[in-house]
Amino acid sequence: MQMPVPDASILARKARIVSQLFAVLPPDAVIHEPTETRAYECDGLTAYRCPPLAVVLPRSTAEVAAVLRLCHAEGVPVVPRGSGTSLAGGALPTADCVILGVARMNSVLETDYDNRFIRVQSGRTNLSVTGAVEAEGFFYAPDPSSQLACAIAGNIAMNSGGAHCLKYGVTTNNLLGVTLVTMDGTILEIGGPWMDAPGLDLLGVICGSEGQLGVVTEATLRILPKPEGARPILMGFAANEVAGACVSDIIKAGVLPVAIEFMDRPCIRACEAFAKAGYPDCEALLIVEVEGSPAEIDEQLALIKEIALRHDPVELRESRSEDESKRIWLGRKSAFGAMGQINDYMCLDGTIPVSALPHVLRRIGEMSVEFGLDVANVFHAGDGNMHPLILFDANKPGDLERCEALGAEILKLCVEVGGCLTGEHGVGIEKRDLMGVQFAPADMEAQMRVKDVFDPGWLLNPAKVFPLAITETRRAA
Amino acid sequence: MAEDVRPATEAEIAEAVRVAPGPLRIVGGGTRSGAGTGAALHVSGLSGVTLYEPGALTLVALAGTPLAEVEAMLAAEGQRLPFEPTDLRGLLGRTGTPTLGGMIATNASGPRRLLAGACRDSLIGVRFVDGTGMVVKNGGRVMKNVTGYDLVKLLAGSHGTLGVLTEVSFKVLPMPRATATLRFEGLTDAGALQAMTQALGSPFEVSGAAHWPGRGTFLRIEGFPEQVAHRSASLERLLAGHGAAARMDAAETEALWRDIRDVAPFHGRAGDVWRLSVMPGDAALIGARTEAEALLYDWGGGLVWALVPEGTDLRARLGPFAGHATLVRAAPATHIARFQPEAAPLAALAAGLRARFDPRGILNPGLMA
Repeated sequence: MQMPVPDASILARKARIVSQLFAVLPPDAVIHEPTETRAYECDGLTAYRCPPLAVVLPRSTAEVAAVLRLCHAEGVPVVPRGSGTSLAGGALPTADCVILGVARMNSVLETDYDNRFIRVQSGRTNLSVTGAVEAEGFFYAPDPSSQLACAIAGNIAMNSGGAHCLKYGVTTNNLLGVTLVTMDGTILEIGGPWMDAPGLDLLGVICGSEGQLGVVTEATLRILPKPEGARPILMGFAANEVAGACVSDIIKAGVLPVAIEFMDRPCIRACEAFAKAGYPDCEALLIVEVEGSPAEIDEQLALIKEIALRHDPVELRESRSEDESKRIWLGRKSAFGAMGQINDYMCLDGTIPVSALPHVLRRIGEMSVEFGLDVANVFHAGDGNMHPLILFDANKPGDLERCEALGAEILKLCVEVGGCLTGEHGVGIEKRDLMGVQFAPADMEAQMRVKDVFDPGWLLNPAKVFPLAITETRRAA
Repeated sequence: MAEDVRPATEAEIAEAVRVAPGPLRIVGGGTRSGAGTGAALHVSGLSGVTLYEPGALTLVALAGTPLAEVEAMLAAEGQRLPFEPTDLRGLLGRTGTPTLGGMIATNASGPRRLLAGACRDSLIGVRFVDGTGMVVKNGGRVMKNVTGYDLVKLLAGSHGTLGVLTEVSFKVLPMPRATATLRFEGLTDAGALQAMTQALGSPFEVSGAAHWPGRGTFLRIEGFPEQVAHRSASLERLLAGHGAAARMDAAETEALWRDIRDVAPFHGRAGDVWRLSVMPGDAALIGARTEAEALLYDWGGGLVWALVPEGTDLRARLGPFAGHATLVRAAPATHIARFQPEAAPLAALAAGLRARFDPRGILNPGLMA
């Protein structure tokens, strides 16, 4: 992975920069010893590592603003970091950068059930947002699989999704407002606990901008009343095509399940060996979950069963109890762990039109043979967000490169059939050099103009999202 | 005065913008033909649905496509646009044909916005021509897409000031099989807002919550027949303290929500119309402070429509409040800003974006001032 050459003048000024950081932050909020900065050398994309110049862990918006003002004045790049769970390298440092971690900013600032919102500091973890409101019968809808660890700051940066997006949308659909600090240290209040923007929808473009427009320190999030209950049904099919057709028929019939998860044979086998959830040995498996009161759930599941039966399922198992629901979800939820047991893996995140599912799965199967690497597929079928897991051996020379090459081919295929490179993980550095596959130069130029307005010096989260070649003149300016 | 242009393709729009000697006023179906100055750039030539996949809940169409055509096509498959687009022709005393582009440019979202999100939330892709004549695409036709910055949201509600939309993609939703509305009578504004807040804090997925003073307080439930029955009964029990509810049938329900969506209570009445986006908990107090001749509360109180005498500066009357106010209908010569003035640093960012996307300031100039 090509990264810009670190600015030698910044490296040479390290002592001065660090002492300035100490001047605006408490002593325990600045980390600069190489042995300690190492803990921040990578995020969830562990294949790439680079210790930063220094790390700061502020506790307030004012401290964040002070750090940014200082770095702006010194021309030092800043890489914002939530919990460091990005699978795309969204928080990968450069050697000349200051990592600005918001992990210590994790307070709940306000909860308001009548107006249905919560305001939190952005370092708060996703699951603990729900934790703060569930006693009152509410929840925060976006639920990325890393929700136990990932921070709201990162969720906003990547516009994170989760398994329940089909019904509840992704982060941008549940975000009402932010406190944003721009690179020059200006503190902005954008949006709030009311609906829609008074002028241009700045919030809409900040969400998903991968920490390149500003540092979000506080967020106002929409909370929803918890459904009365939820229950899944498990269905096995003899072919991917059949499972794909079944998904399409369920959607066309007017049911809007809260989740439709799809697993292919390699994934089913691995999960079964790992979690022993009692999955059938078949080509494709669907888990469909619906919500409501017991009678409402029965009504929807009856309709789904009726549709499934038209597609000759090899297995049809409706959950009748909390225990059975848990067993049905057990395998799916341990998919990543199961893969980790077998081998190292790379998790892709492309989205495709649901209609292209059978074709894409067939092509992935063929490519897997060509590249000599196994691929297991598990994904959110309702919205076409795929997660092919490519298995490789990090200790085998050349395997990582082969895996990345196969990953790139799969993502190109996603774009070719009308989809996109990333559905919920973000571009980061991982997909940066593939942006040209999906976007024409003018498309990227339009996006980079937004960056020009918010961060004219291109200091925030450098070398991410856009191919280095097209950002070079802006970064040098 | 430059001549009006009627391009038939995206390339022709790009050329027309590139060579435009001065301001352009973007015209779709002509419902706001009085808006803005300069030569008219007619985009109704770009019409037609380019892709509709009911099984994937996605629709792609050219921006000049009449909304009615899209709604009919969706209805034939038992689907619809989730956000219940508003039709303000009656309120604004205008004619013309609402198009997708105009709907997006104004982020026109009706009562279901509180459950299903706004127009911008269902919009998943755009193609547009910026003020230099450059063609840009963003987003796409899949509903989960975080590839690059989200210019889709930025374009929605930008009133054509950042670019001329040429093609747009939507996430659509199935139509419910059953619908019901509960009507409560005789509630004060404050009582109605309390009832709506209670309903919206329940798990019964209310898809419309409005208070029409003098007419009633309304809660809409949509879903499968058993589901609607269960939820209606549960809501009645929950809200028993607010009096008995009458149940309206499907036909009455449809007419009622169309009226609320289009602000029918104000049709044919003189005066200025304001649209206030507020916290539902503040709505009754803010409503009272407007001293309006008529009010209509939608979105469970999150949206307040106010009819006031011509020339009333409602922002000045209300003073600072949590939310924002838009002047939707006023005499053309009004000196009152239509959009809520923003804090200086936000206004600077917005101005910066406009300067980048439309450096000559020729796209619908002044429309968002």
